[in-house]
Amino acid sequence: GRGGVVAEDGGSSGPARVLFPPTFSVSEIKNKQRRHFMFLRWKQQQRKEKLAAKKKRRKEREALGDKAPPKAIPKTIENQRVYDETTVDPNDEEVAFDEATDEFAPYFNRQTVPKILITTSDRPRGRTVRFCEQLSSVIPNSHVYYRRGLALKRIIPQCIARDFTDLIVINEDRKIPNGLVLSHLPDGPTAHFRMSSVRLRKEIKRKGKEPTEHVPEVILNNFTTRLGHSIGRMFASLFPHDPQFIGRQVATFHNQRDYIFFRFHRYIFKSEKKVGIQELGPRFTLKLRSLQKGTFDSKFGEYEWIHKRREMDTSRRKFHL
Amino acid sequence: SSQVVWDTLGNRQFCSYKITTKTQNFCRNEYNLTGLCNRSSCPLANSQYATIREEKGRCYLYMKTIERAAFPRRLWERVLLNKNYEKALEEIDENLIYWPRFIRHKCKQRFTKITQYLIRIRKLTLKRQRKLVPLRRKIERREKRREEKALVAAQLDNAIEKELLERLKQDTYGDIYNFPIHAFDKALQQQDAESESESDAEKEEEDDEDMDKREFVEADDSDLSDFEDMDKLETSSEEEQEVEEEVEKKASRSKSKGKAPLKGPARRKRPYLEIEYEKETEAATKTKAA
Repeated sequence: GRGGVVAEDGGSSGPARVLFPPTFSVSEIKNKQRRHFMFLRWKQQQRKEKLAAKKKRRKEREALGDKAPPKAIPKTIENQRVYDETTVDPNDEEVAFDEATDEFAPYFNRQTVPKILITTSDRPRGRTVRFCEQLSSVIPNSHVYYRRGLALKRIIPQCIARDFTDLIVINEDRKIPNGLVLSHLPDGPTAHFRMSSVRLRKEIKRKGKEPTEHVPEVILNNFTTRLGHSIGRMFASLFPHDPQFIGRQVATFHNQRDYIFFRFHRYIFKSEKKVGIQELGPRFTLKLRSLQKGTFDSKFGEYEWIHKRREMDTSRRKFHL
Repeated sequence: SSQVVWDTLGNRQFCSYKITTKTQNFCRNEYNLTGLCNRSSCPLANSQYATIREEKGRCYLYMKTIERAAFPRRLWERVLLNKNYEKALEEIDENLIYWPRFIRHKCKQRFTKITQYLIRIRKLTLKRQRKLVPLRRKIERREKRREEKALVAAQLDNAIEKELLERLKQDTYGDIYNFPIHAFDKALQQQDAESESESDAEKEEEDDEDMDKREFVEADDSDLSDFEDMDKLETSSEEEQEVEEEVEKKASRSKSKGKAPLKGPARRKRPYLEIEYEKETEAATKTKAA
């Protein structure tokens, strides 16, 4: 029994008089039951000490009153993020120059109007089809075409001929969409994402009415590194440049720890300090898998960035977007 | 003796190649010509038998005769058929001359089927092929958990609201939203920024130099007395202001913006004040600054 346990281990019968040899550790006990018991006791002790320390700290703080040092900032993953040397500085000239000359420059100079083609992989099932429809209602000037066994390499020149600026392919697996390929058409970069937690409009709680035809605003949050910057520009180029504020719709791409959350809301300003938002439209999460320089070409394309699991997933505090 | 073999294996007792279903019996033997379990199609029960089999895209004709029944290793004779379809058919005919009609016919049928599916394979490999990438369960689970945590950390609604309010403040929406208080706030903010920069400049100097003046300012809390104080202060320290105004204006402007939220209670008083003292807007700002 328990008395036997303690007697064998330290020769005393209560926690107050426990004497262990200094090199003893709980994990050395071979018997699982006893080890478990000792571990629980050790844990309780730790908790008590922690509580006592907290109380003492609080008392000291109150005693000091105003002169107390400010509260320590809790560590979060965002705080502890490994500094990425490709972080974009807003005043960076090189980046600004790059942006003026890259593939999105004609869009940002208002020379081209975005026209999007949305398609799926072969034989899409109901959920994917509905998701495509909703996505096309969210992105203005977009068309959905079904692919009946057509090769992507052959439809790309056709798209370019018909003046499309972007191509979105939604990949399906087991009746749910799980991948997204976004390709900027006249020779632009191709980004391949893994898509997860797709919610259609009817699955969203407390949703509003259907999204109207007004051009929504775009919010891009947290795209800090150079790679994130180019992805952010890619998303921005999907939407026409002049949002119609009458529509009061906003599409958000929020990057957090390499996951890009897409939401579509309608907002209303209740006062100058309060705004209410109502979610309409589909929502999904994207995770970037690869970024390719030219248009979609899996064999001969030049990859700018691929997610390599073994190299890039080693640290919990390192993010690439 | 083939009859004996059939009587035992085929019909009555156990044959390991036989698969029975509700309607039909199949034969799993790789040398079987038709795939069904019949008296005429069983390679074990027929001492003279032939099949077509393909290996790596080439078709072979296999033949079994009664003379070699005692030598299992040499039992099946293999003949490579021509790649050309017609020539191969002629070869089959040539090899199976004087053989029973059934076997000849079935061989040719089987050969036709095989060539057809080989053609289809070749055609399909030219088209794009779907590559199946296996999902790793551990990684999928890990990604899912990280996504959930990231979602919680993101606080999307708050972030979106903050961004929208930022845009409202920076006037990207223009004149669509007219919140009268807001517009008034902004106009007053600008005025405050100008006057506050002066008063902040004073305050900073006073903190450095004179304790007396500072006490003066802090001791009086009511608005009316502030009135008088501000007048006195402004007149006395005008000269000092002008020297340091430009240097400190920028710093204090930013400071004034930072201070604005602190003056919450004063701000809330302001609408009330403004209604009463509408004509004396300047006086209102002076009291506010103190």
